[in-house]
Amino acid sequence: MPNVIEPITAADGTPLKKKLARALFRSKIRAAGLVLPLFAFILCTFVVPIFALMVQGVHNDTFHTYMPRTAEVLEDWDGSSLPGELIFATLAKELAKTKKERTVGKVATRVNRQYSGARSTFTKTARKAVKMEAPFKNAILKADKKWKRVEFWQAIKLTSQTWTPAFYGAALDYELSLNDGFERKAEKERIHVKLFWRTLVISAVVMGFCLLLGYPVAYLLATLPLKTSNLLMILVLLPFWTSLLVRTTAWIAILQSQGVVNDILVWIGVTSNDSRFSLIYNMTGTVVAMTHILLPFMVLPLYSVMKTIPSSYVRAARSLGATPTWAFLKIYLPQTVPGIGAGGLLVFILAIGYYITPALVGGQSGVLISNMIAFHMKSSLNWSLAAALGGILLGGVLLLYWAYDRVVGIDNVKLG
Amino acid sequence: MSLNYKSIVAAATFAGLISGIAYAGDLTVVSWGGAYTKSQVEGYHKPWMAKTGKSIISEDYTGGLAEIKAQVESGNVSWDVVDLELSDAIRGCDEGLFEVIDHSSLPPAPDGTPATEDFIDGSLSSECAVPNIVWSSVYVYDSSKVRNWNAPKTMADFFNTDAFPGKRGMRKNPRVTLEFALIADGVPTSEVYEMLGTEEGLARAFAKLDTIKDDVIWWEAGAQPPQLLADGEVIFTTAWNGRVFNAVAAEDKSFEMVWDGQIYDLDLFAIVKGTKNLENALDFVKFATATEQLAAQASWISYGPARKSSAPLIGTYHDNPDIQMLEHMPTSPAALKNALANDFMFWADNFDEINEKFNAWLAG
Repeated sequence: MPNVIEPITAADGTPLKKKLARALFRSKIRAAGLVLPLFAFILCTFVVPIFALMVQGVHNDTFHTYMPRTAEVLEDWDGSSLPGELIFATLAKELAKTKKERTVGKVATRVNRQYSGARSTFTKTARKAVKMEAPFKNAILKADKKWKRVEFWQAIKLTSQTWTPAFYGAALDYELSLNDGFERKAEKERIHVKLFWRTLVISAVVMGFCLLLGYPVAYLLATLPLKTSNLLMILVLLPFWTSLLVRTTAWIAILQSQGVVNDILVWIGVTSNDSRFSLIYNMTGTVVAMTHILLPFMVLPLYSVMKTIPSSYVRAARSLGATPTWAFLKIYLPQTVPGIGAGGLLVFILAIGYYITPALVGGQSGVLISNMIAFHMKSSLNWSLAAALGGILLGGVLLLYWAYDRVVGIDNVKLG
Repeated sequence: MSLNYKSIVAAATFAGLISGIAYAGDLTVVSWGGAYTKSQVEGYHKPWMAKTGKSIISEDYTGGLAEIKAQVESGNVSWDVVDLELSDAIRGCDEGLFEVIDHSSLPPAPDGTPATEDFIDGSLSSECAVPNIVWSSVYVYDSSKVRNWNAPKTMADFFNTDAFPGKRGMRKNPRVTLEFALIADGVPTSEVYEMLGTEEGLARAFAKLDTIKDDVIWWEAGAQPPQLLADGEVIFTTAWNGRVFNAVAAEDKSFEMVWDGQIYDLDLFAIVKGTKNLENALDFVKFATATEQLAAQASWISYGPARKSSAPLIGTYHDNPDIQMLEHMPTSPAALKNALANDFMFWADNFDEINEKFNAWLAG
């Protein structure tokens, strides 16, 4: 006789397994419902805007939106000789149309980014295009001599392409041309790669200084009796709660050439009144101010890790004959690695995106890539280039994060 | 299918730029802050509010079109009237960020001269904006500080680090900075822009700047240079003449302006496209740029009125009858001896490219 196992059933006769799954499903939905507002918030204010901006780095449809037919006929142009009457005629018609709709400026600004001086050529020709008659080629060539240049047309064709790698190229100091592809910019015009490197170096230096200064402070906080350490903790937290701008301007007052530090140095005779040190409006100023501002982000994770390390371990090592240095290196330091990792990562990533402090105290040598992004976002309105620069920065940070995970392991990070 | 991400980005930027929601007044006027906004509040806002019984919210910004672009593209316009530099007015008009203002609808001068002839020549070149003042970039020194040199007199002195050793403040912007360099290098003002348009001219300007590069402290906001000078951080600084005048007249500083090689420019009012207060905005702009109002503002700050008919009405500083305002204007005969008008068309065409070179030069 075959041994049939009856499924266990609940009181109402449904199998227990099904019943359990149903109950779990219900509680999962409830849990998801609790997370949903936060998820929607992050999606709307973080994921979508970042994604939308990233798209701008490779997508610019200004030309295609306002002069769609010109963009279409340019697709068939060979790119090596002056275009024919058809392209000129389409251009003339659409210039007249954009003139009427007041959109010619948008197109002109877009082309001007690819070819300096194109702006006035477009607006000037558009003004005349309203009255132009066939043959359009002659009429347009007469309106401005730039139309005779093949390079000008190549630049227009490049800007008429909606999806373009040109902005990412520009963000890495490469120039896109129609026939030759990417070419490195002239030495004097390269700037972004230099700024990316500078940003990485300054961030690393700031991280190093924060670790150097923060480690002893965190150790002191973790080992002193609670009463004293609480008082010291307030000294760490007070600046942390003070506005960024206040702290930055305070550094200006302290470090400027007529400032406190220089006054003291002159007074004790380290330097003369005429040769005061330049401590601000350069890289020194940026590093000093950023280190101070980011220090709590190093101290706090370190402190929370050190707090959990029993002092008996080091004592045991010492009683077994280790020197103080050896006991520190072999026993104490390895146990604080999660705190160093967390603090270092926090400080480094925050430093990479810093822009107000370098803008105020950076002068010319202390300016970072984020200042350039802010500039293109706020002043030049070249959002596509800003997006490309931001995209590279984001990619770089993710890459560093990945490398960190490989070397140290992200599970080893303790944020408090 | 057209992607709609632009408005998303614009909305996100906008949210980032404007923290908190301003309460709705009848009109929001945005300007550069400090002594300049004060002069506008006294000269334009208060009389307009008294006349119409409506309220004005005055906000500050640091120039540029980013906030305006974000507002227009997200369709969430909270600024109505904005005070702009001419090149920004033209660029913003090109990009469709401003309402078109019919210049013939502006009030005529008291003697009946139509507005289109009353505004100084070339100042109505943007159909979206109405000029209010003429301002100027000059350089300044502090005569109360004892130095072992005689007072500087020319633009060349600014670049002469042998005779005038010390730090210099300059605006972190290729505009004006490059022109100053060429003027100091001996280029006549009438040829400056022609020369800047060529590769060699540009190289010459940068070469001149190279000679003082290590001595420059770069400033960005208009309130910085008087501060740098007062702190003794710099011996000279370029500055906007009205800010300097304010430091002298209102804060008793002994700053001296050097008018040689000054570059003058316009500030204009424009109305942000899509404003909900279009009628108020138009009325305000027409009112503020009328002859009497421009003259009234000039008693608070030494910027020249953009209307010719305002000049005879200019009197003395509002709380000191000893200061004749006309003498401190960039448009006074003494100040115009060796002066240059900012060529906004040149900059509208070439700003992006030259600025890239300027930034690379700065970082190099």
